[in-house]
Amino acid sequence: MGKQYETVIGLEVHVELATKTKIFCGCSTAFGGAPNTHTCPVCTGMPGALPVLNRQVVEYAIAVGLATNCEITKNCKFDRKNYFYPDNPQNYQISQLYLPICRNGRVEIETEQGCRKDIGIHEIHMEEDAGKLIHDEWEGCSFVDFNRSGVPLIEIVSEPDMRSAEEVIAYLEKLRLMIQYLGASDCKLQEGSMRADVNLSVREAGAKELGTRTEMKNLNSFRAIARAIENEKNRQIDIMEAGGTVVQETRRWDDLKEYSFAMRSKEDAKDYRYFPDPDLAPLRIDDAWIAKIKAQEPEFRTEKMARYQAEYGLPLYDAEILTGTKRLADLFEATAAICGKPKKVSNWLMGETMRLCKEREMDADEIRFSPENLAGLIALTEAGTINSSVAKEVFEHVFAEDVDPERYVEEKGLKTVHDEGALRSTVEQVLKNNPKSVEDYRNGKEKAIGFLVGQTMKLMKGKANPGMVNEILRELLSK
Amino acid sequence: MANIISDATIEYVGILAKLALSEEEKERAKKDMGEMLDYIDKLNELDTSAVEPMPHLFAENNVFREDVVTNGDGSKDTLANAPEQTGGGIRVPRTIADETAETGRTGGESA
Ligand SMILES: [Zn+2]
Repeated sequence: MGKQYETVIGLEVHVELATKTKIFCGCSTAFGGAPNTHTCPVCTGMPGALPVLNRQVVEYAIAVGLATNCEITKNCKFDRKNYFYPDNPQNYQISQLYLPICRNGRVEIETEQGCRKDIGIHEIHMEEDAGKLIHDEWEGCSFVDFNRSGVPLIEIVSEPDMRSAEEVIAYLEKLRLMIQYLGASDCKLQEGSMRADVNLSVREAGAKELGTRTEMKNLNSFRAIARAIENEKNRQIDIMEAGGTVVQETRRWDDLKEYSFAMRSKEDAKDYRYFPDPDLAPLRIDDAWIAKIKAQEPEFRTEKMARYQAEYGLPLYDAEILTGTKRLADLFEATAAICGKPKKVSNWLMGETMRLCKEREMDADEIRFSPENLAGLIALTEAGTINSSVAKEVFEHVFAEDVDPERYVEEKGLKTVHDEGALRSTVEQVLKNNPKSVEDYRNGKEKAIGFLVGQTMKLMKGKANPGMVNEILRELLSK
Repeated sequence: MANIISDATIEYVGILAKLALSEEEKERAKKDMGEMLDYIDKLNELDTSAVEPMPHLFAENNVFREDVVTNGDGSKDTLANAPEQTGGGIRVPRTIADETAETGRTGGESA
């Protein structure tokens, strides 16, 4: 029996803020621009250019700080972090070292086993993003695009309070949801608007001192984070078991190969020679400003869950799932407001919507259909215009192409047939075509009726009223 | 000259500045830097224990811009400074030497 080890994890989470413009200039932050179109002398580091702080960046940072129970630093300022890299045109990044805008916060997490725990927030600081480098394997060169250079980021630095991948994921999900509800960022890991670096060390269970930690980068999904943590924990334990020592270093995770490697740091002393940025005036954040931002705080998950149960009469289970992403919660509230049938809306979102998301490996954030069209579909089923199996089929098109369900049903001729004459003649034909099943039924094989209903629905292209089909079948079979 | 810059220091500063200095240049830089530090040391002759640190030259605080797009397509001016470009991107020597090509938005060691 080997020694027992404890994993100690702290996170550095970068979040791209949802501002329209960059942190220090009036360039757009929109995605998809041709390379270097969203650039100016400020965000390309031209000598003599003067950065001016975007007020919205400060407000988002304060809002996230308040939501994570931080103290707001009333006198704060920016510093320069000096390093050379082609994606960094100024040769320094404007960041905050000495007086970060938020400090000493905490976030309560709940793991799947229902354990509650506080994760400390060491600090949150504001900074600018770097440009993007595209590497050309064939030409052996790289291309720089400064469109992302100067996009505002906040970096949320946690205390080393996490002990497992599960706690890390719970913490990240909590942060993500909170920031999404605040509207401060869309927090998409895959697209890089939320990125997490994992600081991990291992120590013998019961030890007081922390072990040597490594920093893991390039983690683009929750799954990658969980796998990288497991892998790095085992790597460090293996080193210790073999009598070696863990080296403090930055490692890069390769999710395809499921391993990490130390990033080269030749000639790369981590000496950033921070100093106060002389171009930017310091910030004075007064209580009135903080109070104003606090007053604009949106409803967070806990309050939303309570309201969904009280106001819409939803079960706790529904409220939990619907508030699990901002997109679902927004869709639910908007659709319920249009159609006035909250439980039906909830069923569509939790059932078919989640099923299709899973099938297509989509995040709820990527759902594109409008509340109007889901409400329209619910109205059609409620009125009996379409039956439930047709509704599911129509919903797939609402989900994928956001079609107007009423027009779609009209165009495809999917209205339920309530015409008894038409149904009766179809049933008669089915009975004639399937004498074996008819005989089985008459001999007491109750199941045979299911087959006959199915055959009828098939001939009616799914548009029959299933209740009526059943009724007619039983009537004709009993003759 | 009170401040003596060691060979190790000048070597280190050269690495941080990404400069390859000749022996002659190193000697000159050592002398210059020593003199600069001597000059700055004058400040230490004053008692500043009762003086608040000065974060900025001007007494001004809270200089903001509103979050409104004011700049249009700046690629022409930006690319005018590029020694070489392809497809609107500034062409630079390959930045990563092994198979660890970085293509995500997290550039280099920033962020
Ligand atoms: Zn700009």
